[in-house]
Amino acid sequence: MTTDYIAEMLERIPDKLLTLDAWHRARGGRMVSFAGYQMPVQYEGVMAEHLWTRENAGLFDVSHMGQVLLTGEDPDGALETVVPGEIAKLPVNRMRYSLLLGEDGGVLDDLMITRRERDLYLVVNGACKYDDLAYMRETFPDEVVITLLDERALFALQGPKAGEALASLIPDVASLYFMQAGAFTLDDMSLWISRSGYTGEDGFEISVDCDHAAALADRLCAIDSVKPIGLGARDSLRLEAGLPLYGHDLDEDTSPIEGDLGFAISKRRRAEGGFAGAERVLGELTGGAPRKRVGLAVEGRQPVREGAELFAGDRLVGKVTSGGFAPSLGAPIAMGMVTAAHAAIGTALEAEVRGKRIAVTVAAMPFVPHRYHRPTAA
Amino acid sequence: MSRYFTEEHEWVEVEGDIATVGITDYAQQQLGDVVFVDVPTEGKQFDKGDEAAVVESVKAASDVYSPVSGTIVEGNDVLADEPALVNTDPEGDGWFFKLELSDASELEGLMDEGAYKKYVAGL
Repeated sequence: MTTDYIAEMLERIPDKLLTLDAWHRARGGRMVSFAGYQMPVQYEGVMAEHLWTRENAGLFDVSHMGQVLLTGEDPDGALETVVPGEIAKLPVNRMRYSLLLGEDGGVLDDLMITRRERDLYLVVNGACKYDDLAYMRETFPDEVVITLLDERALFALQGPKAGEALASLIPDVASLYFMQAGAFTLDDMSLWISRSGYTGEDGFEISVDCDHAAALADRLCAIDSVKPIGLGARDSLRLEAGLPLYGHDLDEDTSPIEGDLGFAISKRRRAEGGFAGAERVLGELTGGAPRKRVGLAVEGRQPVREGAELFAGDRLVGKVTSGGFAPSLGAPIAMGMVTAAHAAIGTALEAEVRGKRIAVTVAAMPFVPHRYHRPTAA
Repeated sequence: MSRYFTEEHEWVEVEGDIATVGITDYAQQQLGDVVFVDVPTEGKQFDKGDEAAVVESVKAASDVYSPVSGTIVEGNDVLADEPALVNTDPEGDGWFFKLELSDASELEGLMDEGAYKKYVAGL
């Protein structure tokens, strides 16, 4: 079969190496295969790196993610056909979390969209980037130009000392608030910096030309409060922050409402619709969805992992979509997708782990409060 | 007393017909921070290669296999409160369980310390 042959060939394609592959290895990074790349999963250990990020600042290499530009004629209009967010009125240098939707309203990816002077700049998941590009090329008019910036690296600098650390190199970044972005320079490097991230902490995502990536990482890690942090801690941090991970908590069958991401459907779009899957999504927005993503507090110390089935008595009511140990809390936590009737906070359920039932309770998220840098109310 | 090792990175210390089992320093380094250990209870019987215990790190769960056949005489209850002992003293206080050997000849198929070191160096 042709498709089997292609799948087999694809499996044999070796992982790509990050621009900073040697940089990570020299710093003790243990590299693992993830989203088609060799990625650093940890340096000194997930627990220590997680806690370091919550107290100081962690530097994550997230260059596997896709940086995409939309230019040409009316990219706003084209994008609004596949995302439920308000894009047309997004001000310059402001960004928005949104969802790429399929025709049936399932989530194909989650992404960050930033309006810049001359383009829309998107950051999409590494494992989805080529599918996202193919979908947009197929859906958008030919007049919209879609460009993958594969010559740029991407870093996330996250943690309560991230602001101070980055401002020690680039004082002007102090003017950014959460979900604002801009162009900055450091030495001879042109940087695109947003005040955003996926750990629940204050922090930045920094796009830099691959030729300058090592120099930038060295400048940042020379600051006492900054250490390189691996993907392992990135995952436990985002889980504590209650943030869904695409491919685990969200997938092409899950609607934004099931994913508990109703906030990503902007007011105008709720009234007008006009995006892929709007009928299902808006129907669930008013009438409720059959399932919902929830947080789960886990009794005892044993972690409950992705795939564990969730029960209310004898009744199978859902499954765990992400789970692990929360280093900041010293306890296991999880997220799951459960039937609407069992999604209320406080609902007692059981997770089945290797034949054993473990008590879990539907819990409010985030598990660890967000500490984004927002303007204080006057 | 003699100590044996498996390709799955368990160690076995034998004294008389009682074998103490744990995971090696190499294994704990690969696992990272251990946050939970499920050890078998007294009286359980295992054949060589059976899943006997579970060790969980921040990221993942791993099975620990019984390197030899026998009956559990003790699980290390201290690990319930101090799972990190597996990281700090994997080949000592961080042991998992003790079992009474039912077939001592199974030990012959295991590696000694020198052979295990060579095996790990080749991974």
